[in-house]
Amino acid sequence: MSDLQQRPQQEERRAFLKVGAVAAGSALAPGVLLFGAAQARAPEEPASDKVRWGMIIDVNKCADGCNDCVTACNAENGLTGATGRQDSQWIRKLNIRHLETGVQTSLPMLCQHCEHPPCVDVCPTGASMKRADGIVLVDRHTCIGCRYCMMACPYKARSFVHEPLTDQNPEVPRGKGCVESCTFCVQKLDRGENTTACVEACNAAGHKAMVFGDLNDPNSEIAQVLKTQKTTEVRADLRLNTAVRYQGI
Amino acid sequence: MSSQSYCFEAQACKPALFWTLLGAGGLVLLGTLYAFFTLEHHGHVLTGMDNQIVWGLPHVFAVFLIVAASGVLNVASIGSVFGKKMYKARAPLSGLLAIAMLAGGLAVLVLDLGRPERLIVAMTHYNFKSIFALNMIFYTGFFAIVALYLLTLMDRRLTPWSKPLGMLAFLWRLALTTATGSIFGFLVARAGYNSALYAPMFIIYSFAYGLAVFIIVQTVMYKWNEVEIDERILARLKNLLAVFVAAALYFTAVLHLTNLYYAKQWEFERFILLEGGIYPLLFWGGQVLLGGVLPLILIFSPASRHPASVFLAALLVVIGGHFQMYVTIIGGQAFPLDLFPGYAESSSFYDGVVHPYTPTIWELLLGLGGIAITFLITTVAVRVLNFMPKDDLKELEVELKPH
Ligand code: SF4
Ligand code: SF4
Repeated sequence: MSDLQQRPQQEERRAFLKVGAVAAGSALAPGVLLFGAAQARAPEEPASDKVRWGMIIDVNKCADGCNDCVTACNAENGLTGATGRQDSQWIRKLNIRHLETGVQTSLPMLCQHCEHPPCVDVCPTGASMKRADGIVLVDRHTCIGCRYCMMACPYKARSFVHEPLTDQNPEVPRGKGCVESCTFCVQKLDRGENTTACVEACNAAGHKAMVFGDLNDPNSEIAQVLKTQKTTEVRADLRLNTAVRYQGI
Repeated sequence: MSSQSYCFEAQACKPALFWTLLGAGGLVLLGTLYAFFTLEHHGHVLTGMDNQIVWGLPHVFAVFLIVAASGVLNVASIGSVFGKKMYKARAPLSGLLAIAMLAGGLAVLVLDLGRPERLIVAMTHYNFKSIFALNMIFYTGFFAIVALYLLTLMDRRLTPWSKPLGMLAFLWRLALTTATGSIFGFLVARAGYNSALYAPMFIIYSFAYGLAVFIIVQTVMYKWNEVEIDERILARLKNLLAVFVAAALYFTAVLHLTNLYYAKQWEFERFILLEGGIYPLLFWGGQVLLGGVLPLILIFSPASRHPASVFLAALLVVIGGHFQMYVTIIGGQAFPLDLFPGYAESSSFYDGVVHPYTPTIWELLLGLGGIAITFLITTVAVRVLNFMPKDDLKELEVELKPH
């Protein structure tokens, strides 16, 4: 479980980019605000790096054909639920079939809230950012809609808003021309609810396939599961140290 | 020859044609602006791009222009860095084209943004980790350096500066193309792009595309001014083009072979080279045949002493270059991401299936805008300033002696 908290940045290219960035930064734009978007949280309750929000999904408990997490997400975040090629989907049910054994599994796929998120690395403006508590967000006001983050995300977790939006949830600002993705229901977390709409829906349906919580709190249910059971990262080879883990794959 | 009187001196020279060209370019640009405002109003829903194919036709045109922009400066570099007189005479035109194409390419990228009005945000909020942002710095620097370099070429008092600036432009340009290539090389998750070869390959491509554009524009200018290009100069240029085109073909082969043998990306290779529908067709027919093999045949055929066949070869290289960008950019996205290797995937978000892409008129208009901007800048500049390559053939005699 300790690997979920901090892992030394092994990849050389990151180190290289940092050196390059610092050099370029000091040479070319002294005084430019580097990460202007990093304070999305309400000032009275700053996100703390003592917390790292995470999720474990037990695919054996996830029911085939059940779509409750998706529906709940759409309702909470004001998405229409349409699934055309240009429609936003923050969470989707992914059906996978093992090519040799033919075993079928169904699981929810969403932003994995990577510790080393490629979307944040590539974003030219810093609109894609990782909060201190590990949640990866897009700042609605600095995103220029270049879609480079969508190219970079290994999980296809992001959507681009192709049309003007109406009937928005005031708590969840979205907008035409910006990129968006799962926020771990940051509005609920910031209210102290410590859960997400999808997890609530899954529990309400009696499946209890998802556990949400603070990975850094040794007493939390999620930390206990991580300690005692085998979980996997999707595309672990990319070493992104995702906050969403799967059981039973 | 050096005392030839050119069009820019006699302002009245073919004014009707000049204004027609300007009007045509302006009309295309108007179409681009119309597309831009339409998309700005309705959103990208009108385009063929979606959440699977996130970069489309505009990016094909834009990246081509940007890559060719850095490559066209090669002509000036050979002149200033390696001291070749024949290329030196062409340095101003090469610098102009570099600026014009970069402006065109960047404009398309900006016009395609979801929130183009936030350009100022992009300029004040830099994420220095982002290779994209790094590119912006390289581009801005490129403009400045090339503009200064042009000044040193045009103003005799600044001549001593032209060599160091030419050198700087040369190095900067290599960095810029490396960075452009890296935009794709950094997308580690995507089967099609995960190769360190992208950066060097883009440099080679840029050499070929840039020189091809240069030859096209130069041919038109000679024709316009009714000047015959010296056969030996033409031979030099076309041989250089042949070297670059052959090198580009070679690099393409290496990229695909390493993908096949080392990176175990069989599935992607099979898609792009054989079974991916339109993409193998565009790859073999467009990029390899039209953009590589045919130009080489044209260049080495006996008829190639004629400027027209060199012109045609260069034109084919440019067209093939657009096919290459289409295959690289769109083909790379059309192939589905593999989240669970060893599994078949399906979902409401189109996991596990090849993503179709049909560009619309809006994307085409945005893309053509880049060419229009390049064209307008070039046409106006060569009209008001002296960009016509002037060869002092006596001086060149030594350099052009057959080795
Ligand atoms: S899953 Fe994708 S969008 Fe989410 S943090 Fe990782 S790279 Fe970014
Ligand atoms: S689309 Fe927005 S969030 Fe994504 S990389 Fe571009 S600016 Fe950043």
